[in-house]
Amino acid sequence: MLHLPAGIYQQILSHCLSGLPEEACGLLGGQFATAEVFRCYPTRNVAASARVYTVDPLEHLKADRDAQACGMEIIGVFHSHTHTEAYPSETDVNQAPDPLWHYVLVSLRHPSPVLRSYRIIGGNIAEESVVLKGH
Amino acid sequence: MPVEVRLPSMLRIHVQGQSSLEVKGETVGEVLENLAKENPGMTGQIVDGEGVLRKFVNVYVNDDDIRYLNQLDTKLSSGDVITILPAVAGGGW
Repeated sequence: MLHLPAGIYQQILSHCLSGLPEEACGLLGGQFATAEVFRCYPTRNVAASARVYTVDPLEHLKADRDAQACGMEIIGVFHSHTHTEAYPSETDVNQAPDPLWHYVLVSLRHPSPVLRSYRIIGGNIAEESVVLKGH
Repeated sequence: MPVEVRLPSMLRIHVQGQSSLEVKGETVGEVLENLAKENPGMTGQIVDGEGVLRKFVNVYVNDDDIRYLNQLDTKLSSGDVITILPAVAGGGW
């Protein structure tokens, strides 16, 4: 279960929509223990592609430092799928670096964006519920 | 000379859950070698068996990616901080 403040939910959707026609991505700062997101770090997709994304490594470093300075950790990543459903692709699964992370996907395939969250552990995908706070 | 090494969550399982630790070494390569000696679970996680930095790992000395410095031979100074982060990528296709 991922706890997502409504404001951050909107920030994620907004960053994904503004990234069109390319995929957009960003990192989520929060606490592992409670699976709460407190901060969204929109990042540049250095792959600059509608099919794949790579979080800008230097922006990752900055986000990691900011999260640490605020007593948080990077607990996950979000990215958009411009033409496919909000479900991890083979590419997503193969490149999922951290079994502790929350993998948030936003599909922009339909008129309204669809956001879902997953855990990816040892190549296995498990969807988790997303609880919007302050909604 | 000991320097601070900051580890991402995915690697902390190999160092009893610590997010950072002090490791001795004059170069990045030496520090990573000593890190693996002191924590055998770290062997092969950052540098492969051929001694090459793994593709999906980024290593920084302060703000600089070592791929743009002198790679694993990058020399360290007192107070330097090494940060190890996973490369984060994927995509819908």
